[in-house]
Amino acid sequence: MPGMFIDVQVDEAVAKDPAIVKKLVEVCPVNIFAQQDDGTLRIVEENLDECVLCDLCVRAAPEGTVRILKLYES
Amino acid sequence: MRFYEYESKALFRRHGMPLGQSGLAHTADDARRIAGEIGGPVVLKSQVLSGGRMKAGAVKFADTPDEAAAHYDAIVPIVVNGQTCRAVLVEEKKGIAQEYFAAITWDGRHKRPVLIFSDMGGIDIEEVAETHPEHVSKTHFSSLLPITPRIAKEAIAATGVTGQALNRLTPIVFELMQVFLRYDLTLAEINPLARLEDGRFVVLDGHIDMEAEARGTHKKLLEELGIGAEETRQAREATAFEQRGAEINAQDHRGVAGNVVEFDGDLGLVIGAGGGSLTLFDAVRKHGGKPANYCEIGGNPSVKKVQELTRLILSKPGVRKIAVMMNVVSNTRVDIVARGVIKGCIQSGKDPKDVLAIFRIPGAWEDEGFKILAKYGVDYCDRSVSMYEAAGRAVAKLNG
Amino acid sequence: MSILVDKDTTFLVQGITGREAVNLTRECLDYGSKIVGGVTPGRAGRDVYGVPVYDCVRDLVAKHGPVDGSVISVPPGFVRDAAFEAIENGVKLIVIVTENIPRREVAQMVELAGLRGARIIGPNCLGLITPGECKMGGIGGPAANTKQAYTRGPVGIMSRSGGMTTEIASTLTAAGLGQSTAVSIGGDAIIGTSYAELMPLFEADPETRAIAIYSEPGGRMEAELAEWVTTNHSRLPIVAFMAGRFMDEMQGMRFGHAGTIVEGKEDTTAAKIERMEAAGISVAERIEEIPKLIQKRLAEKR
Repeated sequence: MPGMFIDVQVDEAVAKDPAIVKKLVEVCPVNIFAQQDDGTLRIVEENLDECVLCDLCVRAAPEGTVRILKLYES
Repeated sequence: MRFYEYESKALFRRHGMPLGQSGLAHTADDARRIAGEIGGPVVLKSQVLSGGRMKAGAVKFADTPDEAAAHYDAIVPIVVNGQTCRAVLVEEKKGIAQEYFAAITWDGRHKRPVLIFSDMGGIDIEEVAETHPEHVSKTHFSSLLPITPRIAKEAIAATGVTGQALNRLTPIVFELMQVFLRYDLTLAEINPLARLEDGRFVVLDGHIDMEAEARGTHKKLLEELGIGAEETRQAREATAFEQRGAEINAQDHRGVAGNVVEFDGDLGLVIGAGGGSLTLFDAVRKHGGKPANYCEIGGNPSVKKVQELTRLILSKPGVRKIAVMMNVVSNTRVDIVARGVIKGCIQSGKDPKDVLAIFRIPGAWEDEGFKILAKYGVDYCDRSVSMYEAAGRAVAKLNG
Repeated sequence: MSILVDKDTTFLVQGITGREAVNLTRECLDYGSKIVGGVTPGRAGRDVYGVPVYDCVRDLVAKHGPVDGSVISVPPGFVRDAAFEAIENGVKLIVIVTENIPRREVAQMVELAGLRGARIIGPNCLGLITPGECKMGGIGGPAANTKQAYTRGPVGIMSRSGGMTTEIASTLTAAGLGQSTAVSIGGDAIIGTSYAELMPLFEADPETRAIAIYSEPGGRMEAELAEWVTTNHSRLPIVAFMAGRFMDEMQGMRFGHAGTIVEGKEDTTAAKIERMEAAGISVAERIEEIPKLIQKRLAEKR
């Protein structure tokens, strides 16, 4: 089930980069990111609405590759 | 957390305090057997987490084993102040020459333990304190520096006790002081502490309360006494609604949301924090509202917890609307609570703007929170609307 | 002037790398508080928002010199040791944020503090603030929120509820009444500093001209305050808000016999209100009445 309030978009190149994915998993305080066995990214959908808008994921990845969408602003 | 009398006595026995011969009966046959082993007059006492046993008829005397068995059957069904009987303590009954009172508790004002001793035990000690103050001594002592028996001696002697009695009582009372400190008790009481006609000093009845926060520290003792971790020992059993709330709160360690107390009204409350909840509950009642529950959310709980709490409250029969209100928040976030309650409403098949009577949580992240509330059409307000006014709006909406 | 903390107050944070502590460190720094360092055993050499972390308070003091205060935000089982460590290293003002600490440990901390001339605020509190000068603890939350709720002025606040401290400040601020110092004193049965124990400090502070308190059922702290005010002929008008009035109608609030004797007949909120009013303390029914009552009392004094 996708988030009701928050969505996270990650560029495909970043989602396939095991090193960046690892960082994303580490920095997120509410476990929105998980790393699959092949090193690629899985978004943990049930945690999306727990996002605290700390922007740590945005800063952990190359500029513009991770985007947090506030669905209530659209 | 209150101990049963037999548990208090088991703890006293481990510390070498003098007790009469006794056994715990779970059946009438147990009572008969124990009375037979004691071989003389016995007293049967309901093991119940309440005072007032004697008045309720839950304490009886027997001269023979058969009489003890009959009394067992009479005592077990008796409910004392809403508390049921767990077992019956069968204890030797001896002639009493004098009764004393000894208790230790915390004095919040002096921030120290205080030993209360009286040579007029057995009866209502509050009354003795008022009518015979010279027979009640209060002695504060250190919880930090080592304590020695002289503190107990001085406390006892202050009520006029001297001679052999003073010397026999001192080690018993001193032991009680040590037990109090060692196990993080909030009350350690012996009443009465009796001098028997045969000259022995015996603990006839004891009452122990342990600090709930210290249960983990004394896990081993509690296990040995047979006190299960699941036993809350509250004055009132939790309802199914309250148990479900506790489960929600235990889901994750982030903040508090879910610890609820059930009432029978029609206005569900998602309120916080500690002081805010007290204030808001008063305000709802003052406006004539009928709360369906009490709760204290705080410490920035997860969206999930708030959402589950909202669903729980909405699932309660008779709940028509929910009011979401807190004092100005600093730690808990407005947007997180807003997400949780809205999600909880939608998952319950309700439209947030219909079922949320009011949302009054100003403070941390309020701009973000208000955007969410506006999007879903929820009636919200900022700090310019007081807690009292917000409660009034919620009640008016429910009744209007 | 103010009480307990001002722009020169330095403090450390014990348990600084914990989730809550990281938060309050950032908030305090943003507000302009002087945090000289933090302690988390095993984490020496790190930093939290530029604040250096040490293994021991001793090491921190050796490096930075004497420190005025400490905010303790460690798990309940470690609080007593942390407080002892701060006290024995010369710290004189200790704010304990952690809740669920057994009374015995609180009593021991308070007793040691007494022997060493230190003061404990809390436990189970949000700390204290002198608006515009120093925020020590989570009180008020993020710096921007804190500035919105707290402004400088003549009213001292004491509150057994952390959240209600800010609600009262915010209400006073909206009415144009600033605060000298606001103290969240904690809600437990035994706390480091009670209303009556803070009164002499407010009394001696020329900036403070009135007091607002938040009060709730349980304990004898209101009685102690009423007694202090009467005995010392306090110059300060006090306005109290009493929450939890509904509890008077509910059962199960009785203390055991021994507790009743120590503290006298346990106060209901109605009895507390009566006692405070007898001592000249105005009791508000709603938070929003507090500013008006204070203005009225201040006007009467002129």
